[in-house]
Amino acid sequence: MAYEPKLLGILCHWCSYSASDAAGAARLSVPANLRTMRVMCTGRVDPTLVIQALQRGADGVLICGCHLGDCHYNSGNQRALGRFHLLSRLLADLGLEPDRVRLEWVSAGESERYAELAHHMTKRLRNLGPFQWPTLDTATTEVIRNG
Amino acid sequence: MGKLKIAVYWAASCGGCEISVLEIHHHITQLMDAADLVFCPCLVDTKYADVEAMDDDAIDLCLFNGAIRTEENVHLAELLRRTSKTLVAFGACASAGGIPGIANASTLEALMERVYLTTPSTDNPDGVMPQPSTDMGEGVRLTLPKLLPMVKALHHVVPVDYTVPGCPPEGKQVWRVIEAVVSGDLPPPGAVLGAGDRTVCDECRLEKRDTKITAFVRPHELIPDNTTCLLEQGMVCMGPATRSGCDARCPDVNMPCRGCYGPAGDGFNEDAGLKMIGVLGGLLEPGNEDALRSLMDEIADPVGTLYRFGLPGSMLGRAAQAPGNRDDAE
Repeated sequence: MAYEPKLLGILCHWCSYSASDAAGAARLSVPANLRTMRVMCTGRVDPTLVIQALQRGADGVLICGCHLGDCHYNSGNQRALGRFHLLSRLLADLGLEPDRVRLEWVSAGESERYAELAHHMTKRLRNLGPFQWPTLDTATTEVIRNG
Repeated sequence: MGKLKIAVYWAASCGGCEISVLEIHHHITQLMDAADLVFCPCLVDTKYADVEAMDDDAIDLCLFNGAIRTEENVHLAELLRRTSKTLVAFGACASAGGIPGIANASTLEALMERVYLTTPSTDNPDGVMPQPSTDMGEGVRLTLPKLLPMVKALHHVVPVDYTVPGCPPEGKQVWRVIEAVVSGDLPPPGAVLGAGDRTVCDECRLEKRDTKITAFVRPHELIPDNTTCLLEQGMVCMGPATRSGCDARCPDVNMPCRGCYGPAGDGFNEDAGLKMIGVLGGLLEPGNEDALRSLMDEIADPVGTLYRFGLPGSMLGRAAQAPGNRDDAE
Protein backbone atom coordinates (compact mmCIF):
# COMPACT_ATOMS: atom_id res chain seq x y z
CA MET A 1 0.00 0.00 0.00
CA ALA A 2 1.27 3.47 -0.82
CA TYR A 3 2.48 5.63 2.02
CA GLU A 4 -0.20 7.90 3.45
CA PRO A 5 1.01 10.53 5.89
CA LYS A 6 -0.74 11.13 9.20
CA LEU A 7 -1.37 14.80 9.89
CA LEU A 8 -2.50 16.15 13.24
CA GLY A 9 -4.50 19.37 13.12
CA ILE A 10 -4.55 21.35 16.35
CA LEU A 11 -7.46 23.76 16.01
CA CYS A 12 -8.43 26.76 18.06
CA HIS A 13 -12.01 26.48 19.32
CA TRP A 14 -13.04 30.01 18.42
CA CYS A 15 -11.88 30.30 14.79
CA SER A 16 -10.31 27.33 13.09
CA TYR A 17 -12.51 24.65 14.65
CA SER A 18 -15.55 26.56 13.38
CA ALA A 19 -13.89 26.78 9.97
CA SER A 20 -13.40 23.01 9.96
CA ASP A 21 -17.05 22.57 10.98
CA ALA A 22 -18.16 24.88 8.20
CA ALA A 23 -15.93 23.03 5.72
CA GLY A 24 -17.83 19.85 6.61
CA ALA A 25 -21.21 21.52 6.34
CA ALA A 26 -20.26 22.94 2.94
CA ARG A 27 -19.14 19.44 1.85
CA LEU A 28 -15.64 20.65 1.01
CA SER A 29 -13.14 17.90 0.45
CA VAL A 30 -10.67 17.53 3.34
CA PRO A 31 -8.10 14.71 3.16
CA ALA A 32 -8.65 11.79 5.52
CA ASN A 33 -4.97 12.09 6.50
CA LEU A 34 -5.95 14.91 8.81
CA ARG A 35 -7.02 14.10 12.37
CA THR A 36 -8.09 17.11 14.36
CA MET A 37 -7.74 18.04 17.99
CA ARG A 38 -9.62 20.98 19.46
CA VAL A 39 -7.94 23.32 21.94
CA MET A 40 -9.42 26.46 23.45
CA CYS A 41 -6.62 28.61 22.05
CA THR A 42 -3.38 28.17 20.12
CA GLY A 43 -1.80 29.84 23.16
CA ARG A 44 -2.43 26.53 24.93
CA VAL A 45 -0.28 24.57 22.46
CA ASP A 46 2.76 23.58 24.47
CA PRO A 47 5.58 22.65 22.04
CA THR A 48 5.74 19.36 23.95
CA LEU A 49 2.34 18.46 22.41
CA VAL A 50 3.72 18.97 18.93
CA ILE A 51 6.79 16.82 19.50
CA GLN A 52 4.75 14.18 21.33
CA ALA A 53 2.48 13.95 18.30
CA LEU A 54 5.50 13.25 16.10
CA GLN A 55 6.79 10.77 18.67
CA ARG A 56 3.50 8.87 18.65
CA GLY A 57 3.23 8.44 14.90
CA ALA A 58 2.13 11.72 13.31
CA ASP A 59 4.20 12.76 10.30
CA GLY A 60 3.30 16.41 10.65
CA VAL A 61 1.37 18.91 12.75
CA LEU A 62 -0.79 21.77 11.49
CA ILE A 63 -1.69 24.34 14.13
CA CYS A 64 -4.52 26.72 13.21
CA GLY A 65 -5.66 29.75 15.18
CA CYS A 66 -7.37 33.10 14.91
CA HIS A 67 -5.74 35.89 12.93
CA LEU A 68 -3.51 38.18 14.98
CA GLY A 69 -5.69 40.75 16.70
CA ASP A 70 -8.72 38.43 16.67
CA CYS A 71 -7.71 36.15 19.53
CA HIS A 72 -10.60 35.41 21.88
CA TYR A 73 -8.11 35.75 24.74
CA ASN A 74 -6.38 38.82 23.22
CA SER A 75 -2.84 37.51 22.88
CA GLY A 76 -2.93 33.70 22.89
CA ASN A 77 -2.11 33.42 19.20
CA GLN A 78 0.79 35.86 19.61
CA ARG A 79 2.27 33.55 22.21
CA ALA A 80 1.74 30.65 19.82
CA LEU A 81 3.57 32.53 17.08
CA GLY A 82 6.62 33.24 19.24
CA ARG A 83 6.77 29.63 20.42
CA PHE A 84 6.31 28.24 16.95
CA HIS A 85 9.05 30.45 15.54
CA LEU A 86 11.55 29.37 18.19
CA LEU A 87 10.53 25.72 17.81
CA SER A 88 11.15 25.93 14.07
CA ARG A 89 14.61 27.38 14.65
CA LEU A 90 15.35 24.59 17.12
CA LEU A 91 14.18 21.83 14.78
CA ALA A 92 16.24 23.25 11.93
CA ASP A 93 19.35 23.43 14.13
CA LEU A 94 18.89 19.80 15.12
CA GLY A 95 18.62 18.62 11.53
CA LEU A 96 14.93 17.76 11.86
CA GLU A 97 12.52 19.01 9.21
CA PRO A 98 10.78 22.20 10.42
CA ASP A 99 8.40 21.92 7.47
CA ARG A 100 6.56 19.16 9.30
CA VAL A 101 5.18 21.71 11.74
CA ARG A 102 3.15 24.61 10.46
CA LEU A 103 1.23 27.45 12.07
CA GLU A 104 -1.55 29.17 10.12
CA TRP A 105 -4.29 31.67 10.87
CA VAL A 106 -7.77 30.51 9.81
CA SER A 107 -10.83 32.51 10.82
CA ALA A 108 -14.28 30.98 11.32
CA GLY A 109 -15.30 32.17 7.84
CA GLU A 110 -12.33 30.71 5.99
CA SER A 111 -13.51 27.15 5.52
CA GLU A 112 -12.17 26.99 1.97
CA ARG A 113 -8.76 28.12 3.10
CA TYR A 114 -8.89 25.46 5.84
CA ALA A 115 -9.59 22.71 3.29
CA GLU A 116 -6.84 24.04 1.03
CA LEU A 117 -4.33 24.07 3.87
CA ALA A 118 -5.18 20.48 4.79
CA HIS A 119 -4.60 19.38 1.18
CA HIS A 120 -1.43 21.40 0.87
CA MET A 121 0.07 20.13 4.12
CA THR A 122 -0.81 16.51 3.26
CA LYS A 123 0.93 16.91 -0.08
CA ARG A 124 3.98 18.37 1.63
CA LEU A 125 4.16 15.42 4.05
CA ARG A 126 3.73 12.93 1.21
CA ASN A 127 6.84 14.47 -0.37
CA LEU A 128 8.78 14.45 2.90
CA GLY A 129 7.93 10.80 3.64
CA PRO A 130 7.41 9.21 7.05
CA PHE A 131 8.88 10.93 10.10
CA GLN A 132 11.44 8.57 11.55
CA TRP A 133 11.64 8.23 15.29
CA PRO A 134 14.49 6.19 16.73
CA THR A 135 14.01 3.04 18.74
CA LEU A 136 17.71 2.57 19.51
CA ASP A 137 17.89 4.41 22.80
CA THR A 138 14.31 4.80 23.93
CA ALA A 139 13.88 1.02 24.29
CA THR A 140 16.55 0.82 26.99
CA THR A 141 15.08 3.81 28.80
CA GLU A 142 11.62 2.27 28.90
CA VAL A 143 12.89 -0.96 30.47
CA ILE A 144 14.64 0.90 33.24
CA ARG A 145 11.73 3.21 33.95
CA ASN A 146 9.33 0.29 34.22
CA GLY A 147 11.70 -2.07 36.01
CA MET B 1 29.62 -6.02 57.84
CA GLY B 2 32.90 -4.62 56.56
CA LYS B 3 33.43 -1.23 55.08
CA LEU B 4 31.41 -0.25 52.05
CA LYS B 5 33.18 -0.35 48.71
CA ILE B 6 32.71 2.79 46.63
CA ALA B 7 33.78 3.55 43.06
CA VAL B 8 33.76 6.92 41.33
CA TYR B 9 34.34 6.75 37.60
CA TRP B 10 34.57 9.45 34.95
CA ALA B 11 33.54 8.75 31.38
CA ALA B 12 33.20 11.76 29.03
CA SER B 13 33.37 14.31 31.83
CA CYS B 14 35.36 17.26 33.10
CA GLY B 15 36.23 16.05 36.60
CA GLY B 16 33.84 18.48 38.27
CA CYS B 17 31.76 15.63 39.65
CA GLU B 18 34.79 14.27 41.53
CA ILE B 19 35.26 17.75 42.99
CA SER B 20 31.60 17.77 44.01
CA VAL B 21 32.24 14.62 46.08
CA LEU B 22 34.81 16.70 48.00
CA GLU B 23 32.13 19.39 48.43
CA ILE B 24 30.72 17.28 51.25
CA HIS B 25 33.49 19.02 53.25
CA HIS B 26 34.13 17.58 56.74
CA HIS B 27 31.78 14.69 56.02
CA ILE B 28 34.58 13.27 53.89
CA THR B 29 36.17 11.86 57.07
CA GLN B 30 32.88 10.15 57.96
CA LEU B 31 32.71 8.78 54.43
CA MET B 32 36.24 7.40 54.65
CA ASP B 33 35.38 5.78 58.02
CA ALA B 34 32.43 4.03 56.44
CA ALA B 35 33.77 3.26 53.00
CA ASP B 36 36.81 2.38 50.92
CA LEU B 37 37.38 3.99 47.56
CA VAL B 38 38.14 0.87 45.52
CA PHE B 39 38.19 2.46 42.07
CA CYS B 40 38.55 6.11 41.10
CA PRO B 41 41.03 6.96 38.33
CA CYS B 42 40.94 10.61 39.41
CA LEU B 43 42.18 9.93 42.94
CA VAL B 44 43.34 6.34 43.38
CA ASP B 45 45.81 4.37 41.31
CA THR B 46 43.68 1.39 40.38
CA LYS B 47 43.66 -0.15 36.92
CA TYR B 48 40.83 -1.36 34.73
CA ALA B 49 42.24 -4.87 35.15
CA ASP B 50 41.63 -4.63 38.91
CA VAL B 51 37.94 -3.97 38.26
CA GLU B 52 37.79 -6.67 35.57
CA ALA B 53 39.05 -9.14 38.17
CA MET B 54 36.28 -8.23 40.65
CA ASP B 55 33.29 -10.49 41.33
CA ASP B 56 29.80 -9.43 40.29
CA ASP B 57 28.31 -6.89 42.73
CA ALA B 58 31.66 -6.48 44.50
CA ILE B 59 31.24 -2.69 44.64
CA ASP B 60 28.44 -1.39 46.87
CA LEU B 61 28.04 2.01 45.26
CA CYS B 62 29.35 3.34 41.97
CA LEU B 63 28.98 7.05 41.25
CA PHE B 64 29.35 7.06 37.48
CA ASN B 65 29.81 10.51 36.00
CA GLY B 66 30.34 11.60 32.43
CA ALA B 67 28.55 10.91 29.16
CA ILE B 68 29.11 7.91 26.91
CA ARG B 69 31.24 9.17 24.03
CA THR B 70 33.73 6.39 23.27
CA GLU B 71 33.87 2.60 23.16
CA GLU B 72 36.00 2.79 26.29
CA ASN B 73 33.12 4.57 28.08
CA VAL B 74 30.75 1.77 27.03
CA HIS B 75 33.19 -0.90 28.22
CA LEU B 76 33.55 0.76 31.63
CA ALA B 77 29.79 1.30 31.92
CA GLU B 78 29.19 -2.40 31.30
CA LEU B 79 32.02 -3.41 33.59
CA LEU B 80 30.86 -1.20 36.45
CA ARG B 81 27.26 -2.32 35.97
CA ARG B 82 28.40 -5.92 36.42
CA THR B 83 30.58 -5.20 39.44
CA SER B 84 28.30 -2.68 41.22
CA LYS B 85 25.31 -3.40 43.42
CA THR B 86 24.05 0.15 43.06
CA LEU B 87 24.96 2.09 39.93
CA VAL B 88 24.21 5.81 40.09
CA ALA B 89 24.20 8.10 37.06
CA PHE B 90 25.99 10.95 38.81
CA GLY B 91 25.77 14.46 37.41
CA ALA B 92 24.22 15.93 34.30
CA CYS B 93 26.44 14.10 31.78
CA ALA B 94 25.72 10.59 33.03
CA SER B 95 22.04 11.48 33.61
CA ALA B 96 21.26 12.99 30.24
CA GLY B 97 24.42 13.56 28.20
CA GLY B 98 25.42 16.91 29.65
CA ILE B 99 27.59 19.44 27.85
CA PRO B 100 29.34 16.77 25.71
CA GLY B 101 25.83 15.84 24.51
CA ILE B 102 25.47 19.10 22.58
CA ALA B 103 27.78 17.40 20.07
CA ASN B 104 24.71 15.49 18.91
CA ALA B 105 23.50 18.64 17.18
CA SER B 106 26.29 17.99 14.69
CA THR B 107 27.50 14.92 12.82
CA LEU B 108 30.66 13.19 13.99
CA GLU B 109 32.43 14.06 10.73
CA ALA B 110 31.59 17.76 11.05
CA LEU B 111 32.69 17.69 14.66
CA MET B 112 36.08 16.11 13.91
CA GLU B 113 36.69 18.55 11.08
CA ARG B 114 35.85 21.52 13.28
CA VAL B 115 37.94 20.42 16.24
CA TYR B 116 41.04 19.20 14.39
CA LEU B 117 41.07 21.37 11.26
CA THR B 118 39.05 24.56 11.21
CA THR B 119 38.83 26.28 14.62
CA PRO B 120 40.65 29.65 14.54
CA SER B 121 43.21 28.39 17.06
CA THR B 122 44.00 25.15 15.20
CA ASP B 123 47.43 24.90 13.57
CA ASN B 124 47.35 21.64 11.66
CA PRO B 125 48.72 22.23 8.12
CA ASP B 126 49.18 18.49 7.46
CA GLY B 127 45.60 17.73 8.44
CA VAL B 128 46.64 15.16 11.04
CA MET B 129 43.60 13.43 12.51
CA PRO B 130 43.52 11.14 15.57
CA GLN B 131 43.51 7.48 14.55
CA PRO B 132 42.10 4.54 16.53
CA SER B 133 45.33 2.66 15.90
CA THR B 134 48.82 3.88 14.96
CA ASP B 135 51.85 1.73 14.14
CA MET B 136 54.90 3.35 15.76
CA GLY B 137 57.37 0.88 14.25
CA GLU B 138 59.51 -1.63 16.16
CA GLY B 139 56.38 -3.63 16.86
CA VAL B 140 54.75 -0.86 18.91
CA ARG B 141 51.10 -0.11 18.20
CA LEU B 142 49.31 2.73 19.99
CA THR B 143 45.53 2.73 20.21
CA LEU B 144 42.80 5.20 21.07
CA PRO B 145 39.20 4.22 21.85
CA LYS B 146 36.82 4.77 18.94
CA LEU B 147 34.17 7.47 19.17
CA LEU B 148 30.51 6.45 19.09
CA PRO B 149 28.44 8.11 16.36
CA MET B 150 26.32 9.82 19.05
CA VAL B 151 26.86 10.89 22.64
CA LYS B 152 24.65 8.90 25.01
CA ALA B 153 23.61 9.07 28.63
CA LEU B 154 24.54 6.19 30.94
CA HIS B 155 21.00 4.76 30.97
CA HIS B 156 21.17 4.41 27.17
CA VAL B 157 23.83 1.71 27.49
CA VAL B 158 23.24 -0.04 30.84
CA PRO B 159 20.38 -0.15 33.39
CA VAL B 160 20.85 2.54 36.02
CA ASP B 161 19.57 2.29 39.59
CA TYR B 162 19.43 5.97 40.51
CA THR B 163 20.02 9.34 38.91
CA VAL B 164 21.65 12.29 40.65
CA PRO B 165 21.35 15.38 38.42
CA GLY B 166 23.40 18.58 38.50
CA CYS B 167 26.48 20.06 36.93
CA PRO B 168 27.96 19.29 39.30
CA PRO B 169 25.57 17.92 41.94
CA GLU B 170 25.38 20.20 44.97
CA GLY B 171 27.61 19.17 47.87
CA LYS B 172 24.82 18.91 50.43
CA GLN B 173 22.79 16.80 48.00
CA VAL B 174 25.78 14.51 47.41
CA TRP B 175 26.04 13.91 51.15
CA ARG B 176 22.32 13.18 51.32
CA VAL B 177 22.73 10.56 48.59
CA ILE B 178 25.69 8.94 50.33
CA GLU B 179 23.78 8.90 53.64
CA ALA B 180 20.82 7.26 51.94
CA VAL B 181 23.03 4.54 50.46
CA VAL B 182 24.95 3.95 53.70
CA SER B 183 21.75 3.69 55.75
CA GLY B 184 20.01 1.63 53.07
CA ASP B 185 17.09 4.05 53.15
CA LEU B 186 16.61 4.15 49.39
CA PRO B 187 13.55 4.71 47.21
CA PRO B 188 12.67 2.12 44.52
CA PRO B 189 15.19 1.92 41.66
CA GLY B 190 14.66 4.42 38.86
CA ALA B 191 14.23 7.35 41.24
CA VAL B 192 16.02 10.67 41.07
CA LEU B 193 18.12 11.21 44.19
CA GLY B 194 19.62 14.36 45.59
CA ALA B 195 17.17 16.79 44.03
CA GLY B 196 13.71 18.20 44.59
CA ASP B 197 10.66 17.45 42.47
CA ARG B 198 9.64 21.05 41.86
CA THR B 199 11.34 23.75 39.80
CA VAL B 200 14.22 26.13 40.45
CA CYS B 201 11.67 29.01 40.56
CA ASP B 202 10.23 27.36 43.66
CA GLU B 203 13.51 28.01 45.49
CA CYS B 204 14.33 31.35 43.85
CA ARG B 205 13.98 34.58 45.83
CA LEU B 206 13.50 36.86 42.80
CA GLU B 207 9.98 38.16 42.24
CA LYS B 208 7.74 37.84 39.23
CA ARG B 209 5.76 40.98 38.43
CA ASP B 210 4.06 39.82 35.23
CA THR B 211 6.08 42.23 33.09
CA LYS B 212 6.27 41.47 29.37
CA ILE B 213 9.58 41.81 27.60
CA THR B 214 10.56 43.65 24.42
CA ALA B 215 14.15 42.39 24.10
CA PHE B 216 16.24 39.42 25.13
CA VAL B 217 19.60 40.14 26.72
CA ARG B 218 22.57 37.93 27.47
CA PRO B 219 24.22 37.94 30.92
CA HIS B 220 27.12 40.18 29.85
CA GLU B 221 24.77 42.83 28.50
CA LEU B 222 22.84 43.67 31.67
CA ILE B 223 23.34 44.13 35.38
CA PRO B 224 20.04 42.81 36.77
CA ASP B 225 18.18 44.78 39.43
CA ASN B 226 18.60 42.02 42.06
CA THR B 227 14.92 41.76 43.00
CA THR B 228 13.01 41.00 39.78
CA CYS B 229 12.72 37.65 37.98
CA LEU B 230 15.56 37.41 35.45
CA LEU B 231 13.16 36.26 32.72
CA GLU B 232 11.18 39.45 33.14
CA GLN B 233 14.41 41.40 32.69
CA GLY B 234 14.94 39.65 29.36
CA MET B 235 17.38 36.91 30.30
CA VAL B 236 16.76 33.33 29.24
CA CYS B 237 16.65 31.74 32.71
CA MET B 238 15.88 28.01 32.57
CA GLY B 239 14.44 28.05 36.10
CA PRO B 240 10.79 27.33 35.23
CA ALA B 241 11.75 24.16 33.33
CA THR B 242 14.50 22.91 35.64
CA ARG B 243 14.37 20.57 38.62
CA SER B 244 14.87 22.12 42.04
CA GLY B 245 17.49 21.00 44.54
CA CYS B 246 20.28 23.52 44.03
CA ASP B 247 18.74 26.28 46.21
CA ALA B 248 18.58 28.44 43.06
CA ARG B 249 22.23 29.34 43.48
CA CYS B 250 22.67 30.92 40.05
CA PRO B 251 19.63 33.25 39.97
CA ASP B 252 20.45 34.15 43.58
CA VAL B 253 23.61 35.86 42.30
CA ASN B 254 21.89 37.29 39.22
CA MET B 255 23.03 34.62 36.78
CA PRO B 256 20.21 32.99 34.80
CA CYS B 257 19.69 29.28 35.48
CA ARG B 258 21.29 27.17 32.76
CA GLY B 259 19.24 24.07 33.47
CA CYS B 260 21.88 21.72 34.86
CA TYR B 261 19.46 19.80 37.11
CA GLY B 262 17.51 18.64 34.07
CA PRO B 263 13.77 18.63 33.49
CA ALA B 264 11.42 18.95 36.48
CA GLY B 265 8.60 16.59 37.31
CA ASP B 266 8.70 13.07 35.94
CA GLY B 267 12.05 13.95 34.41
CA PHE B 268 12.46 11.44 31.63
CA ASN B 269 9.07 12.13 30.12
CA GLU B 270 9.49 15.89 30.19
CA ASP B 271 11.51 17.93 27.79
CA ALA B 272 12.96 21.01 29.46
CA GLY B 273 13.78 22.77 26.18
CA LEU B 274 10.25 22.44 24.84
CA LYS B 275 8.77 23.55 28.17
CA MET B 276 11.10 26.53 28.08
CA ILE B 277 9.86 27.53 24.62
CA GLY B 278 6.40 27.54 26.17
CA VAL B 279 7.61 29.85 28.94
CA LEU B 280 9.39 32.22 26.57
CA GLY B 281 6.34 32.49 24.30
CA GLY B 282 4.30 33.72 27.24
CA LEU B 283 6.80 36.45 28.09
CA LEU B 284 6.74 38.43 24.88
CA GLU B 285 5.14 41.85 24.70
CA PRO B 286 2.33 41.39 22.14
CA GLY B 287 3.14 42.91 18.79
CA ASN B 288 2.86 42.27 15.09
CA GLU B 289 4.08 39.12 13.40
CA ASP B 290 7.50 40.49 12.41
CA ALA B 291 8.16 41.96 15.84
CA LEU B 292 7.42 38.63 17.54
CA ARG B 293 9.62 36.69 15.14
CA SER B 294 12.55 39.07 15.44
CA LEU B 295 12.22 39.02 19.22
CA MET B 296 12.55 35.22 19.16
CA ASP B 297 15.49 35.55 16.75
CA GLU B 298 17.37 37.41 19.49
CA ILE B 299 17.79 34.15 21.40
CA ALA B 300 21.27 33.00 20.46
CA ASP B 301 21.86 29.32 19.75
CA PRO B 302 18.53 27.63 20.66
CA VAL B 303 20.09 24.15 21.01
CA GLY B 304 22.93 25.26 23.25
CA THR B 305 20.65 27.47 25.33
CA LEU B 306 17.67 25.17 25.76
CA TYR B 307 19.54 21.85 25.86
CA ARG B 308 22.85 22.81 27.39
CA PHE B 309 22.91 19.85 29.76
CA GLY B 310 20.67 17.18 28.35
CA LEU B 311 20.28 16.93 24.59
CA PRO B 312 20.85 13.14 24.33
CA GLY B 313 18.39 12.41 27.14
CA SER B 314 15.65 14.76 25.95
CA MET B 315 12.61 13.85 23.92
CA LEU B 316 13.77 16.03 21.05
CA GLY B 317 17.37 14.85 21.35
CA ARG B 318 16.21 11.30 20.75
CA ALA B 319 14.38 12.51 17.67
CA ALA B 320 17.59 14.05 16.40
CA GLN B 321 19.12 10.58 16.60
CA ALA B 322 16.62 9.27 14.05
CA PRO B 323 18.36 6.91 11.62
CA GLY B 324 17.22 9.04 8.69
CA ASN B 325 18.88 12.12 10.09
CA ARG B 326 22.13 10.78 11.40
CA ASP B 327 24.79 8.37 10.30
CA ASP B 328 24.76 5.45 12.66
CA ALA B 329 27.84 3.32 12.30
CA GLU B 330 26.44 0.49 14.42
